[in-house]
Amino acid sequence: MSDSTTPQNFEPRIVAFFCNWCTYTAADLAGTARMKYAANVRVIRTMCSGRFDPQFVFAAFREGADAVLLGGCHPGDCHYMEGNYKALRRFFLMRRFLESMGIERDRIRLEWIAASEGDKVQRTINDMTAAVRALGPLSMEKRALLHSADLSAAIDKPESRPAATKGGAA
Amino acid sequence: MSAEMSTNGAPKVGVYVCHCGINIAHTVDVNACTAFAASLPYVTVAREYKFMCSDPGQEIIQQDLRDGKINRVVVASCSPLMHEGTFRKATAVGGGNAFMFQMANIREHVSWVTLDKEMATDKAKALIAAAVSRVVHHAPLVRNRVPVHPDVMIVGGGIAGIHAALTMADAGKKVYLVEREPTIGGHMAKFDKTFPTLDCSACILTPKMSAVRSHPNITLWTYSEVAEVSGFVGNFKVKVRRKPRYVKEDQCVGCLDCIDACIYKTAKVPDEFNVGLSKRKPIYVPFPQATPLVAVIDPETCIEFKTHRCKKSCAEVCQKDAIDFTQTEQIAEVEVGSIILATGFKTFDATRIARYGYGKYANVYTSLEVERMVNAAGPTAGEVKLADGSKPKSVAIVHCVGSRDAHTNRYCSRVCCMYSLKLAHLLKERTEAEVYNFYIDMRTPGKGYEEFYDRLLQENVHFVRGRVAEISDWAMEKQEEGKLTIRVEDTLVGVVRRIPVDMVVLSVGLEPQADADDVRRKFNISCSHEGWFLERHPKLAPVSTFTDGVFLAGACQGPKDIPDSVAQAGAAAAEALALIDRGYVELEPNTAYSREELCSSCHTCVALCPYGAITFDTTKHAAVVNGALCKGCGTCVASCPSGALQQNLFTDEQIFEEIKGVLKYV
Repeated sequence: MSDSTTPQNFEPRIVAFFCNWCTYTAADLAGTARMKYAANVRVIRTMCSGRFDPQFVFAAFREGADAVLLGGCHPGDCHYMEGNYKALRRFFLMRRFLESMGIERDRIRLEWIAASEGDKVQRTINDMTAAVRALGPLSMEKRALLHSADLSAAIDKPESRPAATKGGAA
Repeated sequence: MSAEMSTNGAPKVGVYVCHCGINIAHTVDVNACTAFAASLPYVTVAREYKFMCSDPGQEIIQQDLRDGKINRVVVASCSPLMHEGTFRKATAVGGGNAFMFQMANIREHVSWVTLDKEMATDKAKALIAAAVSRVVHHAPLVRNRVPVHPDVMIVGGGIAGIHAALTMADAGKKVYLVEREPTIGGHMAKFDKTFPTLDCSACILTPKMSAVRSHPNITLWTYSEVAEVSGFVGNFKVKVRRKPRYVKEDQCVGCLDCIDACIYKTAKVPDEFNVGLSKRKPIYVPFPQATPLVAVIDPETCIEFKTHRCKKSCAEVCQKDAIDFTQTEQIAEVEVGSIILATGFKTFDATRIARYGYGKYANVYTSLEVERMVNAAGPTAGEVKLADGSKPKSVAIVHCVGSRDAHTNRYCSRVCCMYSLKLAHLLKERTEAEVYNFYIDMRTPGKGYEEFYDRLLQENVHFVRGRVAEISDWAMEKQEEGKLTIRVEDTLVGVVRRIPVDMVVLSVGLEPQADADDVRRKFNISCSHEGWFLERHPKLAPVSTFTDGVFLAGACQGPKDIPDSVAQAGAAAAEALALIDRGYVELEPNTAYSREELCSSCHTCVALCPYGAITFDTTKHAAVVNGALCKGCGTCVASCPSGALQQNLFTDEQIFEEIKGVLKYV
């Protein structure tokens, strides 16, 4: 990921928070089943999605994440009875807050993934990586670099114009 | 936290990157990861090794701890759900605290799911950096021990539940066996013979049923269901709903005079035990060897319940005054240390495949109906009869009905090939009919199973390889008139055949119980895609669940035959016994705690805790956590606006550092 500043090579970095009992286990299952998926998501494990403090999400964005994925047990399945409902309520709060800060709503996602749903981990991560790649990097600095890379590409090859949306080419 | 850290000296982190043979090393550049780890702050030792979980691998960590080179350990290998226990133990054996350890999952989350080697290596580095950043802020912790209640509850009284109950009871443990039907026995009680030995099913089952009834250590609650489960491993509280039988269980002697005396002179209600092939009265026992042999009144059909004007001849005739129309549902509450779930399966509903004509043609039966029909104690006293009372001259057995089928269930139900062979043998024996088996593949793995298949081939049973397309009474030729015609592609010959028969047996597959989802929620366990209860690990913990102290036995975990169900029941009993005989469980020290001086008295956490573990201390003006009640979800910690609440192993500081670490370097 050293060269993430050209639009073709923009590799988003997504931080995921997964609960121990359902989604983390599902991610393990995806591994055991050798399901291949994008390498852009880095998982942090907590015992329950109820532990997802909104500050963790904001910290991840502050530290340079392009998006945050939250994963918990399906409604009614929480190992601790109702932690996932708390996560859901906080999720809406976080998304509104982030939107008001100008962070696109597709950069945060909450998914219910049961322990048996390894395929859903694969699907979710691939979908989200593609969506965030299309959005481009979150950092203004990286966006500027991408934009200048676009410009120099246009200067090198005058016939190819810079893409209207950044990063869509990858 | 900082005070605790100082007791352990300045952080010195050892990072150990595992090759896992080639499982990790094939995709992740282990040497690059090790060199990267060595460059991270506080890392004093970074090594790679072929198998970190092996004894020599663990010894490397222990030696570095003993040499004083490190006081914190990071192992980058498989999932913590796999080997966290192993490495925590190794850390403790080496003289460290087991919780000064963190794992980076670079196998399940990296090498096994990533194609690009460079990206895999980058992701592995990020996860290692996260673990190192975090472990610097770990503090030594101790595990709390809680005693294990020695009693056990077994849910489901089929062969698996019965075997587990007897094993536990023989070991001297007190067992509560809960069964929702009026009798124990489950599906096995309905079978005539068992494959491949052709043992009489009742002959081997009923002695075990009686043993359950008479065992001093077993409390048998039939016609009962678990209503509510609370507590945790070693200390569950279970509420059991005991449905009214309207017959006093301690008075009834099983003379059955009440049934004869019922004002219904003939039986009119479809008999559940005989899958509707016969009728019963509103007062009944499911079958002659029912255990307990106690009558039960079905209030849906009993005249007294419907009109309150019955002369109650059943009660008049009962010499023990056992009949009690005023019985009501009772809730029994017990404490147990472990729970074994053996709730079994249901058979596939054959009406879902309309082209096989079940429910439309009288002579299309399910395998379970034929099991009852060939049973000497069944509705036809063991005679195989068509709807008109005549004997069939030809019978088709259709395999994989509701199995191996993208439209119904994709999985193989495992038992149908063998029970179809058994039924083929029994039908041949009873009727001398021509018997055809229509199969996709014959699946007969098991002791003596392939030999049984060979035997059936010798018995002149016909085998046609192909999934049946349709069963109809529409005759194309004279010989098909009045018969059911099987249309099938014989894939060994490569032609479509039409085979007229008198009787069709649909070998229905096994499905999870209709209410499996409700049951699993009660016990806080997971289900697989298909709805079978999910085991903790298919190989290493096949009878455990993700909820400690709850074990699985029999077909509730997946389709299995009687030998496998019994073996699994024994395994579940052994696991429960191990738990009880150790006498205590060590709890993961991931409970929440309150830094009372920071509490702003907002009370938010008090209402959020699902276990009532947080109270507000009005003298201290602070929320306090009862560590014995806390289960460690961390919901309160996430809600605390002043940061007063923290969770051991998942403190704010540790997670913030993990977030920084996972993003800072790569």
